Amino acid sequence: MNAVDIMPGKAPLTLYGSAVGSRLLLGTAQYPSPQVLADAVRVSRTEIVTVSVRRESAGARSGERFWTLIRDLGVRVLPNTAGCRTPKEAITTARMARELFGTDWVKLEVIANDDTLQPDLFGLVEAARVLADDGFKVFPYTTEDLGAAERLVGAGCEVLMPWGSPIGTGRGLNNRYALRSLRSYFPGVPLIIDAGIGAPSHASEAMEMGYDAVLINTAVAKAGEPVRMAKAFAAAIEAGRTAFEAGLMEMRDMAEPSTPVAGTPFFDLGAKP
Amino acid sequence: MATMELQSNVGSRLAVSVNGEPRTTEARTLAELVDETGLAGARIATAVNGEFVPERARAALHLAEGDRIEIVSPRQGG
Repeated sequence: MNAVDIMPGKAPLTLYGSAVGSRLLLGTAQYPSPQVLADAVRVSRTEIVTVSVRRESAGARSGERFWTLIRDLGVRVLPNTAGCRTPKEAITTARMARELFGTDWVKLEVIANDDTLQPDLFGLVEAARVLADDGFKVFPYTTEDLGAAERLVGAGCEVLMPWGSPIGTGRGLNNRYALRSLRSYFPGVPLIIDAGIGAPSHASEAMEMGYDAVLINTAVAKAGEPVRMAKAFAAAIEAGRTAFEAGLMEMRDMAEPSTPVAGTPFFDLGAKP
Repeated sequence: MATMELQSNVGSRLAVSVNGEPRTTEARTLAELVDETGLAGARIATAVNGEFVPERARAALHLAEGDRIEIVSPRQGG
């Protein structure tokens, strides 16, 4: 059978051997307060949140407080290498994160351009290979490029995280055709839309397309009411996934009546202008 | 050779950078530097000159003039 004809079934989401109950991954940055973040995480029922590492100063000790907050939420953490511009920076950051958070999961980011925050696909593949060989479970933040995706899988990535659109733009799925191709081409690889989701409808669309999960941050954190928005996203992702599993109808170009035509009153009279 | 350099440095201060800020230090090892910055016992991770240095290796890592040290901790991320 052609790989393109096989689509993922109803199996629960499994990331590097770990079963995950929620298909929403939530970022922890930009919330109005730690309490709002904590409430958003609880209401979303996410099981995985993304975190980062940043320079610490003796006076602030910001890390300890944040770590305590996250630990008390009882969720799994996925540390990122956000802001890294070279494979070396990303590799060292990943290793520091592994020691800090006690996890070998890493959301690998190697950024090519500060304006678009586009992944540097060449550096990404290079860093992914080094980290996978070093025992990391790499979640690469990539584009919809199929060739790069193949290289990442070849480098040892068992999960891919293509962008919907650039980080923080909220523009949704920018290249539907390529995202569909990617989904069809990698039926057995968990695919998580990372970045660019602005509205629950965007997330739902990704799920209807057969994507395995969606990572949201800005759209929740910067909402008028982040906690309610977290709830909205959770519902949309659930709906989209259920729709995908139920099987969407085929799109048609021409209208087709849903009400039976047979027995329509006055049908024999024909249309009058 | 390394021993001689180490001896000649005793009592002097090294110019290094910590998290991008210039700093002179009497610390001779990364562990001593972490103590000096008041972060001993904090949840931190370290790198020297772009390479990760695990916690258990900090005491054995001897600092040199011009070393670039990073000390990081958990933070919010997307």
